[in-house]
Amino acid sequence: MALPKYTEPHYRIWHYMYIFICTCVFFFLIAPLFVIFPLSFNAEEFLSFSEGMKNLDPDAFSLRWYKDMIYGTKNPWGLAAKNSFIIAIFATLGSVILGTVAALGLSSRHMPYKGLIMATLISPMIVPLIISGVAIFFFMAKAGLAATHTGIILAHIILGTPFVVITVTATLSGFDHSVTRAASSLGSDPVNTFMKITLPLILPGVISGGLFAFVTSFDEVVVVLFLAGLENTTIPIQMWTGLREQLSPTILAVATCLIILSTLILVTAELLRRRSERLRGINR
Amino acid sequence: MSSETRQILTTDGIPLEVSLKKAERKNKIKAFLLVAPLLLFLLITYIFPIGDMLLRSVDDKMVTEMLPKTFKSMEDWDGNEMPPEEVFEAFYLDFQKLVEEKRDGKLSTQLNYTKNGFKSILKKLRRKAKNFEEGNYKEQIMAVHKRWADVEYWRAIKRRAPAFTSSKYLKGMDMYKNEEGKIVSVEEDRRIHRVLWLRTLEIAFFVTLLCFLMAYPIAHLLATLPMKYSNLLMICVLLPFWTSLLVRTASWMILLQQQGVVNDFFVMIGLVADDNRPEMMYNKTGTYVAMTQILLPFMVLPLYSVMKTISPSLMRAGKSLGGTPFVTFWKVYFPLTIPGIGAGCLLVFILAIGYYITPALVGGASGTLISNQIAFHMKSTLDWSFASAMGLMLLAGVLAIYWIYNKLVGIDNIKLG
Repeated sequence: MALPKYTEPHYRIWHYMYIFICTCVFFFLIAPLFVIFPLSFNAEEFLSFSEGMKNLDPDAFSLRWYKDMIYGTKNPWGLAAKNSFIIAIFATLGSVILGTVAALGLSSRHMPYKGLIMATLISPMIVPLIISGVAIFFFMAKAGLAATHTGIILAHIILGTPFVVITVTATLSGFDHSVTRAASSLGSDPVNTFMKITLPLILPGVISGGLFAFVTSFDEVVVVLFLAGLENTTIPIQMWTGLREQLSPTILAVATCLIILSTLILVTAELLRRRSERLRGINR
Repeated sequence: MSSETRQILTTDGIPLEVSLKKAERKNKIKAFLLVAPLLLFLLITYIFPIGDMLLRSVDDKMVTEMLPKTFKSMEDWDGNEMPPEEVFEAFYLDFQKLVEEKRDGKLSTQLNYTKNGFKSILKKLRRKAKNFEEGNYKEQIMAVHKRWADVEYWRAIKRRAPAFTSSKYLKGMDMYKNEEGKIVSVEEDRRIHRVLWLRTLEIAFFVTLLCFLMAYPIAHLLATLPMKYSNLLMICVLLPFWTSLLVRTASWMILLQQQGVVNDFFVMIGLVADDNRPEMMYNKTGTYVAMTQILLPFMVLPLYSVMKTISPSLMRAGKSLGGTPFVTFWKVYFPLTIPGIGAGCLLVFILAIGYYITPALVGGASGTLISNQIAFHMKSTLDWSFASAMGLMLLAGVLAIYWIYNKLVGIDNIKLG
């Protein structure tokens, strides 16, 4: 962003101001995440930087809270992590299967009432979560599924499918349907065509939709707060209770792990996006 | 096709038109069958329950079912004078049945909602009714307490006769139906819900504005920088986007607390005194700061995807035609980014209006929103019909915003990431 030599002074000032503003905004976006790292290694029980930490005294840092997270007495994190992963994995599987199949139907040019059906399918994404939470709770309570894993998984499938539907329909919009016709003309049945031809080609879209669904489920707290009993506690619920009641540095240790997890997901999602763009020929 | 023109036949002798239609229908059914599982699943677990919320929010069958005879006998009563003997008799019979089933407590709670003072007189009636003699219930009941001789209280009972009520919606707007059946507002100092609605709108509006002001320059920078730098900076936007909402809220709680990093910094540069650290959390400031940062990526991404498609040669053309950089920006670049602005503002506003977690954690009493009130009634007071009513009012607002947006910009312009 070098400026040409002939730039007039007031534009020059404006340009540097623009760079400065952008830097501030980027700092505002990313800095809060980094404050968690050092504090999670705090040797003391406070959530602020101790004098020792400011002087980089090695004694002021410890792995105490990570140990507490893993081995602590009566600690809820183990169960919460197990539940979170089980729920997120099944919810992702459900969302991906239902969402992909529906997206295939939606992308067909023969689909009747396309707009109305699309609106219905993505409505869980549009409706504020608190309302979804109330509605889903009423259903689960009637169906006797409140405070069960099944209930929470179903709820997260509801919330996750819109992402899969959107990403997969987007991928299918650039899909050349003549390849499936070619496959059928060569004698392949529809299921075989889907597994061997369509799926490999739309896989990036399916996986990135799945990632969205996974993150949605893994991070979801509003609906779970209505649905979960003591047995079905998840990581977000534990963090929520922890943040409301007593802010212990153990939460920061958990938060650090979650940031690392989200970095991994981000990298995967980005790689997939680029691969899919390359496949669709949107090379820039 | 008229009968005179010769129909084109397929090899099996069926008219081509019929055959084509048949194939078309088959394709339609095939496509629909693919969508059907998800559609059915969502209808059962999601769309119908929202309808259920609607029923719950207007449902008022409880009292109707508890006093069936009373309401039947009240049908002919005009409500001007004291009701006739048969109403008293019916009420006595209904009430005795409720006492036997131990449901009179529920009735007194419900009637007390309609008019204060029912609780004590119903209790008294229960005690005295054991010794009632048959016949002339009107005098016996009126003798229990002077309020039973007051026509106001009988009118209050009659008001509960319909099985449906709009009272929950009125309550959500701090209004109620008074004795004459007119809709009036509650006293000034008890209008908690209106304050919440206004605050929700205010916070959603300003968060959207702040997000827009901050997102526009960085989206522009990201779209104009060479790929290798912009990819790196994009991480600053995407990492918070993918990070757990609770993690981000937690980091703001650490930053904004009184002994937190932001306050430390203010003390260090001498902006505030050490013993006079400002309260930045558990109030509106906390809600604003945290929500803006959390929702910022939702503004940056649509803006970026629109700006990316604007060719830089347009700006060069504008400048070569004599426009100053500012004029070119305002007349050429800015109008082209409007779809992105629309999509970003819609996303952020709608997310903000239904926000629950962050305001509950950093908002304190003055920073909570309407969603917090809904959750409160779902979990604490267990007034589910009121929670449903407020939820549906919020939903109606959100759908109205979508509708307006669709009219102005078109919903198809929204892109995800």
